Amino acid sequence: MKMFTRCCSFLACALALAVGTFAPAAHAQQPIKIGMGISQTGGLGGGGKSALVALRMWADDVNAKGGLLGRNVELVVYDDQSNPATTPGIYTKLIDVDKVDLLIGPYASVPTAPIMPLIKQRDLLLMSNFTFKLNRNLKHDKVFNNSPWAHEEDLAGGVLQIGREAGAKTIAILAADQEFAQNLANGAKNVANRMGLKTVYEQNYPPSTVDFSAMIRAIRAARPDIVYVCSYPNDSVAILRAVKEIGIGDSVKVFGGGMVGLQFTPVIAGLGSLANGVVNFTSYAPGNTMDFPGIRDFLDRYSKKAAEENVDPLGYYLPPYSYAIGQMIAQAVTATKSLNHKVLAEYLHKNEMQTIVGPISFDELGERAKPAVPLVQFQSLVDKDVDQFRKPGRLVIVHPPQYKTGEAIVPFEKARK
Amino acid sequence: MFSWELLLEAVIFGLLVGCFYAAVSVGLSVSLGLLDVPQVAHPAFLVVGSYGAYLLGLHGWDPLVAGVALAPLFFVAGILVYRFYYETFEKRGADTGVRGLAFFFGIAFIVEVLLILAFGVDQRSVDAPYIGASVALGDVRIPVRLLVAFGTALILTGGLALYLSKTFTGRAIKAVAQDEVALRLMGANPVRIKQWAFGIATATASIAGAMLIVVSPVDPNLDRVYIGRTFCVVVLAGLGSMGGTLVAGLVLGVTESIVLTMFGASWAPAVAFGLLLVVLGVRPQGLFGR
Amino acid sequence: MTRHGKSYWVGAAIVVALAMLAIATVQNEYFFFASYIVLQFVVLATAWNILGGYAGYVNFGTGAFFGTGVYTSVLLINLFGAPLLVQILVAAAVSGTLGYATGMLTLRLRGIFYSIATVAVAIIIETLIVNWRYVGGSTGIQILRPPVMPPFESYTKMLFLVMTLLAVAATAIARFIETSWIGRGLRAIRDSEIAAEGCGVPTLKLKLFACTVSGALMGAAGAPLAMYQSYIEPVSTFSLNYSVSALAMPMIGGTSHWIGPVIGALLLGSIQQIVTVTISNEINVLVVGVLLVLFVVAAPSGIVGLARTLMRKRVVREAE
Repeated sequence: MKMFTRCCSFLACALALAVGTFAPAAHAQQPIKIGMGISQTGGLGGGGKSALVALRMWADDVNAKGGLLGRNVELVVYDDQSNPATTPGIYTKLIDVDKVDLLIGPYASVPTAPIMPLIKQRDLLLMSNFTFKLNRNLKHDKVFNNSPWAHEEDLAGGVLQIGREAGAKTIAILAADQEFAQNLANGAKNVANRMGLKTVYEQNYPPSTVDFSAMIRAIRAARPDIVYVCSYPNDSVAILRAVKEIGIGDSVKVFGGGMVGLQFTPVIAGLGSLANGVVNFTSYAPGNTMDFPGIRDFLDRYSKKAAEENVDPLGYYLPPYSYAIGQMIAQAVTATKSLNHKVLAEYLHKNEMQTIVGPISFDELGERAKPAVPLVQFQSLVDKDVDQFRKPGRLVIVHPPQYKTGEAIVPFEKARK
Repeated sequence: MFSWELLLEAVIFGLLVGCFYAAVSVGLSVSLGLLDVPQVAHPAFLVVGSYGAYLLGLHGWDPLVAGVALAPLFFVAGILVYRFYYETFEKRGADTGVRGLAFFFGIAFIVEVLLILAFGVDQRSVDAPYIGASVALGDVRIPVRLLVAFGTALILTGGLALYLSKTFTGRAIKAVAQDEVALRLMGANPVRIKQWAFGIATATASIAGAMLIVVSPVDPNLDRVYIGRTFCVVVLAGLGSMGGTLVAGLVLGVTESIVLTMFGASWAPAVAFGLLLVVLGVRPQGLFGR
Repeated sequence: MTRHGKSYWVGAAIVVALAMLAIATVQNEYFFFASYIVLQFVVLATAWNILGGYAGYVNFGTGAFFGTGVYTSVLLINLFGAPLLVQILVAAAVSGTLGYATGMLTLRLRGIFYSIATVAVAIIIETLIVNWRYVGGSTGIQILRPPVMPPFESYTKMLFLVMTLLAVAATAIARFIETSWIGRGLRAIRDSEIAAEGCGVPTLKLKLFACTVSGALMGAAGAPLAMYQSYIEPVSTFSLNYSVSALAMPMIGGTSHWIGPVIGALLLGSIQQIVTVTISNEINVLVVGVLLVLFVVAAPSGIVGLARTLMRKRVVREAE
């Protein structure tokens, strides 16, 4: 009897010990949830889809190495349909219903602008994605804009400078009436004024505009030397089609500047020769001037993944930067051993982090401290050929000097032949 | 920046686009103007027509050919819809106004969502040899796709106007709009005539929808933009006048185009509807109304 | 007060008490986030029904009056930093005036022209806002909330209570109109305007009154949205969804009694919120469309009508 009681108590103790060891471990198996709304459909879908592929790659890579703080990383994703009306609801849901630990912003300024007040009111950390100057008024200390640029000079300076060097004196500005395009257009005007360029035409159009014939005609009548366009993917395509149909006139030396969408492979492959001569910003182009450690390996792996999911196969715009967001989160969380937003924000402000797009650090407003925006001119493009972009001489980096792979062809009409 | 050339170009484009607006509205002119059916879902059917042309376009069909080919399908659908509407609402009489409107609104919404579920919210467009090319008329370059739309619209509107005035069924349709009781007394079945007319109105949506996707890219939410425009054209025309629809469409197109060129793209919608309100206030029966 | 009157006010008091209880006990912010929208639709549906259900004039431009209220608020916040109560009152006044103007322009004509005019008004106002940089234009504008006052823990909870009070006020007004001589006059207009004129009913005055009150309530419903969302842009504010929902909810609930729009709004609004969280936005619109068609075809008197038929059958059965 005594033996039996002793055995039982021993078993009970062993059981309690086992439960005690495994129970907290079971609790620690709860994944770290990172939530985001990101465009999978709509005008920005081309970019959003490629960004998500890259983020999922990052999450898989991290989990393969044991996760963050011993826990797996799980992405909670909603499609914002490129529609700014959906994001406040999505992010409130992520915070209050899904109860995620960290937040990544939607792709681009227009869907992100509506959630900025919410983020500030709740005092949360946000890794925003390719937005432009969204924090200038709110001055929230916990938002970090992941992008190659910080200020208008980064996006507009190069284009205007190329124009000036070709003898330009006048500029026409065409901009969509939305957050990004307006911020950029105002910035471009400032830069133009500083350079002594005269604005001969200025037009804002509603974001839903599909027909640009009237505006292209008016621009042609004004005979500008530079045409600076700030547009989103659907408008960018429509504008270039209208330029082909109506003609922009022979006065134009440089055309382009801030046209979102021309960086997505499906869009630019669809445009083909229509895009020839356009000078536009991007984040990466192939060539040996932007060979950051790890990027080629990433692009190869990405290419395979993207082909499986029927997404932008080249990934020259968002994917490397989206992977970098993940890398920055990982470095901050691992270094501070915390998921506390205040602690993480302090780390992100103070430290320079190594990523596959080079070293990244942030200023007090959460913008990139050392911008690096390559300006690309499309040259010698033909229709319906996706692989042509890998070859040299197609996406020619014409600015800044440290990334240059070729010369810009001016005037615009000459570059289109 | 004002110049006479710019104004002339604006007027030319306005006429081209205006005729297109007329073609898009002619179906509503028949259903609302002649049959008194508040067909708010007409723009939604238009968008379905566009997607039909898109689908067939994926198999190499020319969009306008696709539009004409699908028209019989739309005709049958129109007959079925009208039959249902008649059995449920018109027969029962009173209070049909609100419920009829609500019914068609519901249909429009359902159609819109089904399109989103089937095709997604992305914009779709078609390829054709006349899309992207342009013709030079002096200093003005006119996109060929607008000329094609203009031509098709003229044929559609003109054809319908001729049908209504010259053929037996056409005149019966106009008669039923004027006095249904008299028609019944003369031995014709008004319900069959009305459903025939409604079928025709819906069939025009197929062709007009094909034109729509030729002129610009479409997405499932486009019907909301066109609810306003089509009603504007129909009311401006005066209920029941086909020729009036053409004129009203041209007026709307030219006004919009001039405002677009002179004042900017963002003011154009307000001017069109301001025009509508003025007409409602001053001459509610429209330009050619009965 | 009549017996019915007393039971109404008791009911209203209970509703407000429940709302305060929720504020004190429920912690999840999302509940208040979603409930605010449902209550907002109660106000919109009730406002729509005053003109649409009682008088038979279908307003397609609810978005215009609602949006006018929202942007009046935005303007007041930007110009004066006005407090919420002032925003609501001024928004109601502005939207009411808009309703009056729309009525003056078209009420001499047939009903369908009034409806088309409301569409026109909606688009014109949206275009005006789109071109007005000061309130954000097409880009939209950020609104920063002032710090919340005690006893409320969060601004959303406070707005929830404000909207509850607005809903009670709207139903009180609707009930007053329905049971008074105004309601009788409006019903006469709906049944046959010509006959009503012949009987000496002041049809134009009554219609204008209904238009004004309806517009004012819609504007009042819109005023707190600026603070609620903190970011306002014209496309979603003037969306057709508001117009169709404000029409669908009374049709589903029942247009003849003031409780109809409330039932419709609670039912449809809650379904919409649940669907948006669990499934997607499109199904949301599909639900509105399907329910609208279903009720309009099969149950034209709405849920109120169905309930009445059931009660009548029970009375008949009991009598046998």
